[in-house]
Amino acid sequence: MGEMDTLKKEADGLKTQIEAARKAVNDTTMAAVASGVAAAPRVQLKNRKTLKGHLAKIYGLHWSADNRHMVSASQDGKLLIWDTYTGNKVYAVPLKSSWVMSCSMAPSGNLVASGGLDNMCTIVNIKAASPKTLRELDAHEGYLSHSRFLSDTEILTASGDTTCCLWDLETGKQKVIYKSHVGDCMCLAVSPDQNSFISGACDSSAKLWDVRDGGCKQTFIGHTSDINAIAFFPSGTAVITGSDDCTLKMYDLRADQEVNGYQDAALNAGVTSVSLSSSGRLIFAGYDNFNCNIWDSLKAEKVGVLSGHDNRVSCIGVPDDGLGICTGSWDSFLKIWN
Amino acid sequence: MSTNNNIAQARKLVEQLRIEAGIERIKVSKAAADLMSYCEQHARNDPLLVGVPTSENPFKDKKPCIIL
Repeated sequence: MGEMDTLKKEADGLKTQIEAARKAVNDTTMAAVASGVAAAPRVQLKNRKTLKGHLAKIYGLHWSADNRHMVSASQDGKLLIWDTYTGNKVYAVPLKSSWVMSCSMAPSGNLVASGGLDNMCTIVNIKAASPKTLRELDAHEGYLSHSRFLSDTEILTASGDTTCCLWDLETGKQKVIYKSHVGDCMCLAVSPDQNSFISGACDSSAKLWDVRDGGCKQTFIGHTSDINAIAFFPSGTAVITGSDDCTLKMYDLRADQEVNGYQDAALNAGVTSVSLSSSGRLIFAGYDNFNCNIWDSLKAEKVGVLSGHDNRVSCIGVPDDGLGICTGSWDSFLKIWN
Repeated sequence: MSTNNNIAQARKLVEQLRIEAGIERIKVSKAAADLMSYCEQHARNDPLLVGVPTSENPFKDKKPCIIL
């Protein structure tokens, strides 16, 4: 048992070292720095469109890079691709397994991915004569919680088996496996430059990874429960997380620590989803209590709410052009607001 | 066997912590100022912050007026 004791002592020593190093640069708070900034205006967004078509809980949505189309996934066993300007459904993709937990669309708009309790990530070409399954990525040992395409040839996945993975879509094989979390991986987000990505897990930590070498560069702690949602601040230098502990946190990558927290004593619902407006000033967070709260990212004040769903808001997204926000819910509807 | 597993895991954890302990960190004051600056620079082009004029709103319902 000698070596275990030595290793434990060394680990504890390093954790103390990291904490001390973080404290050493913690010379002020975001609240203090942002006190001079004008408050964000009270944000009142209107529900412009309600997309009806799913017959069961919606678990995921993802905007196309064209800012107009969007894919959504429901446990009714379908992926729907929408033209959000008209509200029409453009494609319907039937799923082999209806226990879907997430979906995503490639930047090209040619491919969509979905996965869930089947432990697989299924890639479908929606531009073929009729939607055609291209690949079934089958190596995770747990559920597929999230996926994001880097291109038509590479996709990142997060899994309940505690790992994330980069897949080569030309071969269908794993290229890089990201191992370090000790709890189910629930979400991931890709950095604006695509060189790194962040993951959130049930071990209450968020980790920053190098896409190419598979190394975990930084670990962010502080949450006291599962991290269900994660997003990059648009500059790529900070990360926002949403958790079952009912709070959101902003971690700055270069200061290597939490710089802001978003919580309300009155709020006792877990955060399910998170997305930011194009300047990064507004954080949109979906909660278990059927609402979406809008936070001022700098002053950590609530500046608005989107209410209209009759069940949990499970997913949220802002398109690249920032022109609106879409919420998806267990009530089977998607709503677009601006 | 499981002892060896535990040791392997403990070794990996120490390795990982060494990497994380070794990174450079900037002051929170600089980090916060940079984030603020980014928000300010991009604020006027943020449609959800400044609003979308009706004529340019692609999600607006294009229904004809109904006389009730």
